[in-house]
Amino acid sequence: MKTKKDEKLSTSRNLDILSFLDQDEKKDLLRLLTAGSVDDGKSTLIGRLLFDSKRLYEDQLAALERDSKRVGHAGEEIDYALLLDGLKAEREQGITIDVAYRYFSTNKRKFIIADTPGHEQYTRNMVTGASTANLAILLVDAEKGITTQTKRHTFIVSLLGIKHVILAVNKMDLVDYDEEGFNRICKEYKEFIIRLNIPDLHFIPLSALKGDNVVDRTENLAWYNGPTMLNLLETIQVSSDNNFIDLRYPVQYVLRPDNKFRGFSAQVASGIIRKNDEIMVLPSRRRSRIKNIVTYDEEIEYAFPPQSVTVTLEDEIDISRGDMLVHPNNLPRIERQFEAMLVWMDEIPLDSGKQFLLKHTSNYTKARLDKIRYKLDVNTLHKQDADILHLNEIGRIVITTARPIYFDPYSKNKTTGSLILIDPITNNTCAVGMIIDRVSQDDMPSRITDTDRQTIYADTSLIPVKLREQKYRQKGATIWITGLHGSGKKELAYTLEKELFNSEYKTVLLDGSSIRSGLSRELDFTASDRAEHLRRVAEVSRMLNDQGLLTICNFISPTDRIRRQIAEIIGKERFYLIYVDATLEYCKKHTSRELYKKAEAGELKHIPGIDLRYEIPAQPDLIADPHKLEENVQEIINLLRDKGIVWK
Amino acid sequence: MTEEKYSLTHLKELEAEAIHIIREVAAEFENPVMLYSIGKDSSVMVRLAEKAFFPGKVPFPLMHIDSKWKFREMIEFRDFYTKEKNWDLIVHYNKEGYESGIGPFTHGSKVHTDIMKTQALLQALDKYKFDAAFGGARRDEEKSRAKERIFSFRDKFHQWDPKNQRPELWNSFNTKIKKGESIRVFPISNWTELDVWQYIRLENIPIVPLYFAKKRSTVKLDGNLIMVDDDRMPREMAAHAEMRMVRFRTLGCYPLTGAIESEADTIEKIVEEMLLVTSSERTTRVIDFDEEGSMEQKKREGYF
Repeated sequence: MKTKKDEKLSTSRNLDILSFLDQDEKKDLLRLLTAGSVDDGKSTLIGRLLFDSKRLYEDQLAALERDSKRVGHAGEEIDYALLLDGLKAEREQGITIDVAYRYFSTNKRKFIIADTPGHEQYTRNMVTGASTANLAILLVDAEKGITTQTKRHTFIVSLLGIKHVILAVNKMDLVDYDEEGFNRICKEYKEFIIRLNIPDLHFIPLSALKGDNVVDRTENLAWYNGPTMLNLLETIQVSSDNNFIDLRYPVQYVLRPDNKFRGFSAQVASGIIRKNDEIMVLPSRRRSRIKNIVTYDEEIEYAFPPQSVTVTLEDEIDISRGDMLVHPNNLPRIERQFEAMLVWMDEIPLDSGKQFLLKHTSNYTKARLDKIRYKLDVNTLHKQDADILHLNEIGRIVITTARPIYFDPYSKNKTTGSLILIDPITNNTCAVGMIIDRVSQDDMPSRITDTDRQTIYADTSLIPVKLREQKYRQKGATIWITGLHGSGKKELAYTLEKELFNSEYKTVLLDGSSIRSGLSRELDFTASDRAEHLRRVAEVSRMLNDQGLLTICNFISPTDRIRRQIAEIIGKERFYLIYVDATLEYCKKHTSRELYKKAEAGELKHIPGIDLRYEIPAQPDLIADPHKLEENVQEIINLLRDKGIVWK
Repeated sequence: MTEEKYSLTHLKELEAEAIHIIREVAAEFENPVMLYSIGKDSSVMVRLAEKAFFPGKVPFPLMHIDSKWKFREMIEFRDFYTKEKNWDLIVHYNKEGYESGIGPFTHGSKVHTDIMKTQALLQALDKYKFDAAFGGARRDEEKSRAKERIFSFRDKFHQWDPKNQRPELWNSFNTKIKKGESIRVFPISNWTELDVWQYIRLENIPIVPLYFAKKRSTVKLDGNLIMVDDDRMPREMAAHAEMRMVRFRTLGCYPLTGAIESEADTIEKIVEEMLLVTSSERTTRVIDFDEEGSMEQKKREGYF
C-alpha cells in the first residue's frame, strides 16, 4: 500500500514530467550538417554535443528523485571513442562511408545531425547531408588553419544553399588558446568566402576534447565573448529561411474518397496558400479559388511550408499529380531548357548520348544533357572545359526535358529548384541538380550542331544535284537577314523575293510570323526558346537548300554565337548573312510604336535592343542600308551571282 | 486578426515529412503495403497514414506477420484497432513452420526468428507481390540504422545491400524499380523514441497495454524477465513464475521479449523513466544478442 508520503511524491513527479513534456512539445527542429575529418575532432565534438546535452536534460529533471542504480554517468568520463569505433568497424566491413544521422535535443530545441565524412571522394555524401540541412558546422584544426578541405566543404555548403555556417576552430588547447591565431584563421576564411554566397557566418574557438566552448564557457577562452557552440545552435533563427512569398503547391496526390470530395494533397513547397485565394493550375493555366484546406486535425485558414495538407477548389477542374497550384500573378518559369549545377553521384560517368529520367517535385520527365558548360574543381573553384563528369564531380549542364517543367532557381526555392536524374537502365539516382538563377544563355547546346550526330541523308532523292542546279539555274543557299525589330528586314526580304521570282529563280521565304504560327507554336520569346525556334528554322532552310532552293530568312537572330550555329547547321559555304544596319531611333519610327514603348516600360520582355542583347554582326556578307531598298536588293543579287549561286 | 505564424514545432515538422513520404509511395507504387508490428512505432505510423489520406480511406492494406508467438494482448489489440478504423488487414504466418511446431522454446530464438519472422515476411511479400513496404523503423534505434535511407532498395530476393543504396536528397525520392524488386520505406526515420511517445501522448494514439506497468506473471531467464503469456512455456520454467510489476519497452514474441521492472503506468511516467534510463531501447530484445552484428545480418536477409 502506498503511504501518504509516496502519493505526494508521485504527484510532484507527475507535475515535473508534465511541464517537461509540455516544454518539449513546443521545441522546433534544427537540421545541421557537420563536416570535417576524424582528425579535426569531429567525432569528439559530436560526442560532446550528444552526451553533454543529455546531461543537461537530466539536470532539468533535477526535481525528480534520482535512481542511482539506473542513472549514473554524471561526472563519469564519457567514452567518445564509441563513435570513433563505429566508423572503424565500418571501414573494416567495407561498407561505404555514408551520411549518418544522429539525434539530440536540449531544453530549447531538437537537432538532427547529418554527419558526413570529409574526404574528397565523399563529395556525394556531403552533398546528400547538406541537402536537408539549415546550418553547417565546418571544423578546422587550429594548428592547421584553413585547408583545401575547408574550402571544398564551404563551396558545397554554399552550392546547396545552406545559409548559416559556423566555422568551429577546434583544438584550441593545442595552440595555447591563442587569440591571434584564431583571428588569423577567421580573417583568412572571411576573405575566401567573399566569392560564395553565405549570408550568416559565425566563428567559434573551441576544444571539443577539453570541452571549451562546446556546451560551457571556460577560463581558457576568456578572451572570447561570443556564444558557445550549443548556445548558438539553440538560438540561431532558421524558420525565416523558408520562402513564404512565391506560392508553389506541387500536387502530390489526388484524393477522391467519394463523388462529393475532390482534394489535392501536397506538401507546400513555398509561399502561403489561403482559403479563398485565387489560384492558377499549371500547366493548364485554368483558374479557381481555394475552397477549403483540410487536415486530419481540423480545417485551417492557411498553410505554409513544409506543411502537408489537402485543398479543395471552388470549381471542378481536371488536376492530376505533377500539376502545380500557384498564384496567377506569381508564376514560376515554365521551360523545357534550363541550366543546372549537377553533382554526379554514379560510378557510371555522364554519357551525353543517353536519355535520363528527371524527377522534379512530383513530376517525372525524360531529359537530355545537351552540354557541359564547364566542370568545377571543388578545391580551387576553377572552371574547366569537360566532355564528361565522373563520380563526385560537379558541372554546369544544359538540360532539355521532353515536357516543360515549372521551376524556380534553386537560390529562391530549394524544392522547385532542385532535381534528381535517374539512369533509365540501372534505375540508380545518378546525379542531382540545382537549377541556376539565370535565363539560359542564348545559344544552342553544341550537340545540336555537332556534325558527328547528324544523320547522313544525302541519298534520299533520285534527282542528281547537278541536274537540279542546271534546271533551276541556281544552287541551294540561304540568305539570312538579321537586324532589329523595325529595321526594314521584312521589306528587304519581300522585295528580294519578288526580284528573284521575276527572274524565275526558285525561292522560299521564311519569316518569324509564319514559323511561329505553326512549327514553333509552343515556343516563347525567352532566350532558350528563341534558340530552339531558330534551330528549327535553320533545319528547314537546310532541307530546302538541299533540294536546290534559295531560302530568304528574315529573323532578328540577336547574337553572334547563335548566327554562327545557324550557319553550321545550314552549311557555312551556302549561308549568306545580310545585316540591316538601322539605328534604334529608325527602328522605333518604323515599327508599331507600342512595341518599343512597352519594352522600355518593362511591360514587354525579351525585346532585342532593349532588355535582350543584340550583337551587330562582325563580318556580315553584306550590310544593307534601310534607306536604300532597291540598291540593297541589287547588291544581294550581285553577291549571289559573284558567288556562283545564281546564274543567268 | 491574430498574427499569423509560419513556424512548426518539431513534431509537426516530422509529421509533415512523414505524410509527404507516405503519399509519395501511394502515388508512385502499384501495390504498397504497410507492415504492422502492433508496436508503438507502428501505431504512430498507422496514424500518420490515416492523416495522409483524410478524409479518404488509406489506399493500401496493413500486414501483420504473425510469428504465432506474439503476446495475446497484441493480437487482441490488432484485431480491435483495425476493425474500429476499418483498415484492410492481412495477417500472414509461415504455415509450414507453424505446422512443424517451430517455436523459440524448442528451436531457439535464431531458428524461430528466421523461419517465423524473416521467412514469413518474405513469403508474404512474394505472395502478394508488394512493390513497396512501409516499416516503422527509426534511425536512432540502433547504430546500424543511422545510415539507413528513408527509401531503402531491396533486390528481387528482398536483400539489402549496403553498398547499393541510392543517394537521397531533399525530400525527393527515386521510386523507380524493376519487376520483382521492391523498396522498404521508413516514414518515421527521423523520429526519436521521445518523439514517438510525445506524439502518442498528444494525439491520444491507442497502444497495446503491455507498454504500461502492471503486475504480470514473469520468470527470470538468462537475466531477462519473460512473461508467462500462455501454456506453451515449458512447465519447469513456468514453475518459477512470480508476479512482478513490469512493463515492456518493445514488443515482439513473448518468449524473446524481456520485460523491465517498472512502476510506469502512464505515458508521462514512461517518458520520465526513459529519460533516466541510459540503456538503449533494444537491449530488452533477446534477438540482438544472439550474435555479433545480428541486426545488420537480419537486414541483409530481408528482415527489417
